[in-house]
Amino acid sequence: MDPVSLTIDGARSAVQERKTTCAALAEAHYERIQKEDGQIGAFLTLSRDRAMQQADRVDRMVAEGKPLPPLAGVPVGIKDVMSTRGVRTTAGSKILEKYVPPYDCTAVARLEAAGAVVLGKMNCDEFAMGSSNENSGYGPVRNPRDLTRVPGGSSGGSAAAVAADMAVFTLGSDTGGSIRQPASFCGVVGLMPTYGRVSRYGLIAFASSLDHIGPLAKTVKDAAIVLKTIAGRDPMDPTSADVPVPDYVAELDKPIRGLKLGIANEYFGEGLDEEVRAAVEKAIDKLKGLGCEIVPVSLPHTPYAIPTYYLIATAEASSNLARYDGVRYSHRALGVTTLPEMYRRSRDEGFGPEVKRRIMLGTYALSAGYYDAYYLKAQKVRTLLTRDFDSAFAKVDAIVTPTSPSAAFRLGEKSNDPLSMYLADIYTVTADLAGIPGISVPCGETREKLPIGLQILGKHFDEATILRIAHAFEQAA
Amino acid sequence: MKVTAQDVAYVADLANLELTEDERRSMLRDLNSILDYIDRLNELDTSNVPPMAQVSDRYGVDEAKQGSERFAYAWRADVLEGLRKSLPRKQALANAPDADEDYFRVPKVIER
Repeated sequence: MDPVSLTIDGARSAVQERKTTCAALAEAHYERIQKEDGQIGAFLTLSRDRAMQQADRVDRMVAEGKPLPPLAGVPVGIKDVMSTRGVRTTAGSKILEKYVPPYDCTAVARLEAAGAVVLGKMNCDEFAMGSSNENSGYGPVRNPRDLTRVPGGSSGGSAAAVAADMAVFTLGSDTGGSIRQPASFCGVVGLMPTYGRVSRYGLIAFASSLDHIGPLAKTVKDAAIVLKTIAGRDPMDPTSADVPVPDYVAELDKPIRGLKLGIANEYFGEGLDEEVRAAVEKAIDKLKGLGCEIVPVSLPHTPYAIPTYYLIATAEASSNLARYDGVRYSHRALGVTTLPEMYRRSRDEGFGPEVKRRIMLGTYALSAGYYDAYYLKAQKVRTLLTRDFDSAFAKVDAIVTPTSPSAAFRLGEKSNDPLSMYLADIYTVTADLAGIPGISVPCGETREKLPIGLQILGKHFDEATILRIAHAFEQAA
Repeated sequence: MKVTAQDVAYVADLANLELTEDERRSMLRDLNSILDYIDRLNELDTSNVPPMAQVSDRYGVDEAKQGSERFAYAWRADVLEGLRKSLPRKQALANAPDADEDYFRVPKVIER
């Protein structure tokens, strides 16, 4: 048994059958991190004490013959936008370099209650703003498949760690594609649940109406196990929905024959790399071979999704990030004499260029005289984009698209041109705006051996169907 | 050019950012390029389309009700420490760059 190649079930049964201990599993992952992460840069902070305490707790349960919870002893990594009590949480920003939260994010608390062992915190774009992980205040993450390339973003560390076997699974967050796009670039599974499916309590806010927490994992089944654990109403997050959580794992093996899959031309247009197109078309053929019916659908407002997203997300961000004022928990500039000077200099020193750009764009879009033309306009187009999905889902059970227009690009390739970086999110932002769930599952490689991702979008709160399709596809591969 | 150097200064002021000369120059360039792209939204007639602020008012809500009444599931009694205990003062102050036993400390605001 190779302790770092295990899935959730593999790790849990190895512990249950006493082939290994939770402590040994955690140790094996720390050794792997020690060996690999110098060149990848996926972890920002290791939480060794917390991990070993939790591992001991689960090992005692094994010794006492107690029934084991679903994630018993499974080593995980947490994107550094999720608060962890007593463990530094930076959101990838220098402005939170010394921040140690006094409480846990609900999703993290639920994982630990289910027996998971938190190894540490994952590198990401600053405040989850980016598509390449190059905007981290602590240096980029490199793609384990090709170290000259980006892992995607903003959950780049979360995706790279799973791809390089440094964690069995990780949590990421998705505001415009930040779980699915890095999953696609690194060749792992990434699931963004429906808005409201998973509590956002303890998630450092970027754009509150768009932020989602979800898993990155080695298999679709693992993603289903994690979702089952973290989903459900949480009184600490009033936007977490009061909708029952089904047994996603039990649903996985239901047949997909007869399901209707929508294909939208708008996701196969200009700008789509030919190798990605070929791989996705092949994947669609395979799903057809598995008995799915392919139905053309139209999502006509798709070309307006990126501008809509970059107005709404930045407007919300400019408001959310106003709290970093150097008073309660963030960086404070030295040698300031007045309060306004303290705010400005602390924020100037603490925020990186992309975060400043987005705060500026969002502030502009909300400012007097521009609110109607930009922010309100974007909210109206958001309605149109959501209606597109409503009419499509009246005809189909799921929609299949490429996750990203290209495979992983090179470090530095897009970092000087913000607009071209934004366009990397073209197939993912729509689901965030409409609040529907989406999963990215590997569907082949380019000639240069770079992973390609297939995206499956579903109806609100119908994660079970997209997981089932992704699982059947993965099993047939 | 939609955004002028003056706009950049004004918005930076609103956002409590100072920005160096270099940063202001690149901000001017980037904001104009992004807003040019964003202009394509004007191709759409949205005069009869309601704005959408959030997804949450579609699910788990009481469909028969309007406004905040729809979110009845999220209501709870307004009682002291209804969801969790408040943070002890020491913990609440622990991350502050400057604090004494009881308060956050900031540069003097009021002249007397």
